[in-house]
Amino acid sequence: MRTGPLLSARNVTRTWDGVHGCRDVSFDLYPGEVLCVVGESGSGKSTLLQALSRQAPPQSGSVRYDTREDGFVDLATLSGARLRLLARTDWGFVRQHARDGLRMQVSAGANVAERLMAVGGRNYGDLRRAAGNWLEKMEIDPDRLDDTPVAFSGGMQQRLQIARNLVTHPRLVFMDEPTASLDVSVQARLLDLLRGLVGDLGLAAIVVTHDLAVARLLAHRTLVMRDGRVVESGLTDQILDDPQYPYTQLLVSSILQG
Amino acid sequence: MQGETMMAVRGLCKTFTLHNQGGQRLPVLDAVDLDAAAGECVVLSGPSGTGKSTLLRCLYGNYLATSGSIRVRHGGQWVELTDAPEQQILELRRDTIGYVSQFLRAIPRVSALDVVADPLRRRAADAGRARERAAQLLERLRVPGRLWSLPPATFSGGEQQRVNIARGLIGGHSILLLDEPTASLDEENRAVVIELIREAVAAGRCLVGIFHDAAVRDAVATRILPLQPIPAPAPALEGI
Repeated sequence: MRTGPLLSARNVTRTWDGVHGCRDVSFDLYPGEVLCVVGESGSGKSTLLQALSRQAPPQSGSVRYDTREDGFVDLATLSGARLRLLARTDWGFVRQHARDGLRMQVSAGANVAERLMAVGGRNYGDLRRAAGNWLEKMEIDPDRLDDTPVAFSGGMQQRLQIARNLVTHPRLVFMDEPTASLDVSVQARLLDLLRGLVGDLGLAAIVVTHDLAVARLLAHRTLVMRDGRVVESGLTDQILDDPQYPYTQLLVSSILQG
Repeated sequence: MQGETMMAVRGLCKTFTLHNQGGQRLPVLDAVDLDAAAGECVVLSGPSGTGKSTLLRCLYGNYLATSGSIRVRHGGQWVELTDAPEQQILELRRDTIGYVSQFLRAIPRVSALDVVADPLRRRAADAGRARERAAQLLERLRVPGRLWSLPPATFSGGEQQRVNIARGLIGGHSILLLDEPTASLDEENRAVVIELIREAVAAGRCLVGIFHDAAVRDAVATRILPLQPIPAPAPALEGI
C-alpha cells in the first residue's frame, strides 16, 4: 500500500520580472523520497525552491502539503504564523553558503539547540546533549561545541548547518546547492553523510543542484529545468543514462569522465 | 520445471535520438518479443551491437522504451513498466526486479558488506540479518574477509564484480537481470557464480542475462534468445 504524497505542486509559477523565475512546475513528492532539481544557473531552480516553501509565494498554481495536524492543505491558506511553525518544525532549509543558514556569532552547540528551543526544548543538559550527539553524527568533534562556527572550515560549517536543520526531525528538507561551495574532497564526505541521513531518518528532500553527480548519488527522481520550465523528469538513473531532451543530452554529455 | 510467466515483452522498440548530433536516430531494438518464466534462465545472444544490454536496461526501466509493452508480474498482479509511475518502478526495483550491471557503481565510504546488505535492508530486513546474509554471500563468492569493511572503490575488477553479484542476489528478487556478471572473473570464481545462478533458477527465480563466455552460457542457460541486428539506416548526411 503506497501512501499519498507529502507535497504536491501544480503549475507553480513565480517570476521576478514577468520573465525570470519558474513556470508551470508540477510534481508530487512522496515521504522518504529525494528529488533533485538540476539545470544551469538562471534556469529557475532556486526560485522554485523559494516558491514551494513560500519564501517567495507563487503567483499562480498551488503547493499542497501533508501537515501532521490537518492533513493535506494548500499552503496558501495557512497563516504566516502557521507557516513559520511548519518551517521551524517540519521543514529544514540548507543553504548553499553555510553562513546564510547559521548564526555565526553564537556557539556551534547553540546553533543546533536553538532549533530545539524553538519547538519547546528547555532543559539545558538535554539541549547540550542533543547538540553534542548531532555534532558527532555529523562528524564534528563534540569538543567544538562551544566554539563559534567562524572558526570552522567550510565543510564543517556546512555539516553544522545540516545538524541544525535535522535536530527537530523534519519530514522535508529543502537544499539549495548544498555542496557547491565546498572543495571536491569535502563534497564526497558531505554527500555521503546526507545519503546516510536521508536513508536512516526517512527524510524527504528537494535538492537543487547543478551537479549531476549529486543527483546520481542522492536522488530517486530528478527534474531538469531550463528557462524556468521543467523540460524532463524521471527516475534519476533513467534521466542520466537515457536523457530524451536536447538540453538534458547536452548536460549529460558535458560531464567529465573521471 | 518451468513456472509461471514473470515477464512478457511485446513489440519492444528502442531508438536513440541524438539531438546534439543533428537529431541522428539510432534504432537498436526492433519489435522484440520475450517471455520469461520462473525457473528459467533466458540468455540473450547475438553479436555486439544487437542491443542485448539495451534490452536489459529497458526491462529495468533504466532506458525508456520507444514503443511496445513490457509487462512484469509484481506480487499478484501485472504491471506495465512502460507507463508505470516512477514510484511504482522504484517499488518494482525494491521488491521484484534485481539488476546486476557490468560494473559496480561504488558509493564513497560505504563498506563492501553494507553495499551488499543494502537491497535486503531496503526490503525491511533487520540490519543484523542483512549483514549476516551479506557475509555468507561474500564468503561464498570468495571475497577475502579483510575487504568486507572497506569501500569497494579500490578493489580489483574481479572483486568489485563479485560484490556486485552478491548485491544483486541478496534481495531475493523474483526477476533478476544479469549483464555479463562473469566478464572479469577467473575460472574458479566463474564456477562459483555459475553455481549461484543455477541455484537461483532451481529456487524458481526468473533470470534474463547476457553471457559472452560460451562455457558459462551453456552451463546456465535454459533457453537462448537470439537478437537480430537491425539493418543500418542510410546516414543522415546533412546532420554531420
